[in-house]
Amino acid sequence: MAALEIREAPAAAPARLSEGAGGPSGPAGGSDGGGDGDGDGGKGQHLPRRTYFTALWLALAGSFMIFAALASSYIVRRGLGGDWQALHLPPILWFNTLALLGSSALVEWARRGLAAGRLDAFRMRWLSGTTLGLMFLGGQGVAWWELHRAGMTLSANISASFFYVLTVAHALHVLVGVGALLYVAALALKGRAEAKGGLAADLSALYWHVLDGVWLCVLGLMLVWR
Amino acid sequence: MSAESAAEHVHVHEPPSSFIRRWIFSTDHKVVGIQYWILALVAAFVGMWLSVVFRLHLANEGTIAQLNNQLSALAPDSAQAQALTEQIKALQAKWFVLTPEKYLSYLTMHGTILVFMVLTTAPMGGFGNYFLPIQIGALDMAFPRLNMLSIWLTILSFITLMAAFFVPGGPPNSGWTGYPPLSAIPAAQGKGYEGPGGYGQDLWVLSIAIFCFASLVGAINFIVTTLDLRTKGMTMLRMPLTCWAWFVTAILSLLSFAVLLVAGLLLLLDRNAGTSFFIPGDLFFNKPLVDHRGGSPILFQHLFWFFGHPEVYIAIVPGMGLVSHLLSTFARKPVFGYAAMVFAIFGIGIVGFFVWGHHMFQSGMSPYVAVAFSVMTMVVGVPSAIKTFNWLGTLWGGNIRFTSPMLYALGFVSLFVTGGIGGIFLGQNAVDIYFHDTYFVVGHFHLIMGVAAIFAMFAGTAFWFPKMFGRMMNEPLGKIHFWITFAGVNVIFITMHLMGLEGHPRRYSGFNYDFLSSNYMVTCHKIVTHTAILTATTQLLLLVNIVYSLFAGPKATDNPWEATSLEWAIPSPPPFENFKGGHVPEVHHGPYEFSVPGAAKDYIMQQEPPEARPATAPSAH
Repeated sequence: MAALEIREAPAAAPARLSEGAGGPSGPAGGSDGGGDGDGDGGKGQHLPRRTYFTALWLALAGSFMIFAALASSYIVRRGLGGDWQALHLPPILWFNTLALLGSSALVEWARRGLAAGRLDAFRMRWLSGTTLGLMFLGGQGVAWWELHRAGMTLSANISASFFYVLTVAHALHVLVGVGALLYVAALALKGRAEAKGGLAADLSALYWHVLDGVWLCVLGLMLVWR
Repeated sequence: MSAESAAEHVHVHEPPSSFIRRWIFSTDHKVVGIQYWILALVAAFVGMWLSVVFRLHLANEGTIAQLNNQLSALAPDSAQAQALTEQIKALQAKWFVLTPEKYLSYLTMHGTILVFMVLTTAPMGGFGNYFLPIQIGALDMAFPRLNMLSIWLTILSFITLMAAFFVPGGPPNSGWTGYPPLSAIPAAQGKGYEGPGGYGQDLWVLSIAIFCFASLVGAINFIVTTLDLRTKGMTMLRMPLTCWAWFVTAILSLLSFAVLLVAGLLLLLDRNAGTSFFIPGDLFFNKPLVDHRGGSPILFQHLFWFFGHPEVYIAIVPGMGLVSHLLSTFARKPVFGYAAMVFAIFGIGIVGFFVWGHHMFQSGMSPYVAVAFSVMTMVVGVPSAIKTFNWLGTLWGGNIRFTSPMLYALGFVSLFVTGGIGGIFLGQNAVDIYFHDTYFVVGHFHLIMGVAAIFAMFAGTAFWFPKMFGRMMNEPLGKIHFWITFAGVNVIFITMHLMGLEGHPRRYSGFNYDFLSSNYMVTCHKIVTHTAILTATTQLLLLVNIVYSLFAGPKATDNPWEATSLEWAIPSPPPFENFKGGHVPEVHHGPYEFSVPGAAKDYIMQQEPPEARPATAPSAH
């Protein structure tokens, strides 16, 4: 019985493997082509396109655990201590939310433009999306400044501590995202955005969309458990 | 995709010519692996030396306690009493008698160094980095530069941790678990900011945070490599069990280190930014210590152990994979129940995320919750028993070759079982009330997580040394090292179990045995200390063996152990691109084709043509 199962599996698996694994399989372990920072370590190991997406999803899983740990700490700490003061979220957060969502939409629109081969449209939309992303970061800065001015400093109350920790953790992720968007923009200006089928644009866009979701969760958490 | 790669011609890749790029800041997974291995070796000796120091302290403390007992029976002014008092003073003046703070500092550093810098680095970062790509037929890890980032962040983390010895106040003393409030408020220790809870504790938290980040990056690399870079024919179920173990370990690392990172950063804020995540109100030492209320030390414990329990498996699972691999190789038999082994590894990994509460039975947990954690803990016993059963099944009727790697692997199985049985006691919340914070716990986790994993590292070193360095290690030296170490650790840690059964509390630097049978305890402490010194000294044999063999060992052939996996199909040591000219062979066989009836020799390597396996031979697993 058990033996049957196992005999089955190797036969099934190569089908999955063959779809993109021409690269790692021996005879074609050729050069990476672009050689622009994928880190092939000088061995010319070819990475199938899906490898980058696997890595990105895994990195996001790690980030998910970071936010999950923060969110559960938030809920537990709020329930345990009798010292929680409800925090009035600065109104600018709503503007920031719109900027982030708008940025994501523009970036997605740009990506589709790239896929359709419309490079000029891609550049316009992508740069506008990036600008909105930067505006989100600026807006978050304003929110921190407003809270700080209102006396809700990092150590004033635990609710403020969590607000800063959650938003800064998210903002650091956004910073990485903006860096990626700018990198792709630089590629686009050099006319190389469509290299490897627009891989860099696709990866950055995926990451950027997930950050929307994370932000909505963070915001929802702070609204539901004020 | 395949068209694109097929169009490219294959050419030989030269290693970087500069020494620094080739051997120091190298992206080659083999160099990174050796760097991890060396880091673990250095850290292991530092951590072990610390344990010898505080074992000497404990033995001396025992003598002092005995003398104090005698003293109390004498008239205070008698000459005998004065002589005894002098003797006690002389003993206390000895270097090996530590202050309670120093004792706890050394204990903390011993635990931290060994858990993070040894148990987490060598099995995974060391052997995993070196052999995962070769065993699955890849030229390197998926992201070699990230790989280099991992090792150098880990080294930075180790340096940061070591720096704690040299700052004012010395290393932290809140244990490797770093529980607040002790770890969060320096003043909670009754000292100024210069005390052991000062800069040392900050460096400790920082070091752990860096380590977490490095581990996350490493874990992503391992998973991607395993999923996406296997050579043609290397299906998931044709991977050696070592690869499965590294794969599961990487998943555990990815999900658990992120949580520890959060715990560490929040603790850092509590220490330095005046927040109150973990610091409860109403702390008082001469004066009120904090001006806020409501922080929860238990919250830290939950975050810590949500990481901490999977961490135990991060340390031991690579050892399980390696031992399965070695038992099969040296018993010249296929692994008994390959698929069951894979499922058991996954089972241990998954269940491992739901048992963290068993570290907190005494933290004020609802008994109902404790029972749930207790039941889940018992469930871990099922896959563990499957693995043990299958190891014995692999050995059964085998044509066993008692080489030194095989001895270490057998030692692992023995230690895993001995240590595991103690776990059945501790995992039940009712029984744990008695055993909690006694030496029984110390004995238990040292056997199952500490020395068992260390034995797997010994096994890995002895087994792969010929491949890594092209020379064989000395067999007699290895066997002597094995027997003394194996006997030594059993004496040390089984004795600790016995002390725990009697109720000896752990983490105490000194003791008053009025409530215990004093001579028994003191004798136990002395036995443990003497054996620990002997065992620690024996580790020099390993060092001598490594250094001697590096330069003077007999040259290794490509496949000295007659093993089947891909690393033995390439020269020892492997060329820069692993497979000559980047030509990765196609895989046609499972990983454990030993003693196949009708085959030309008693093993079939994975890359051998399909005809090597007679069509009439029964299925391997």
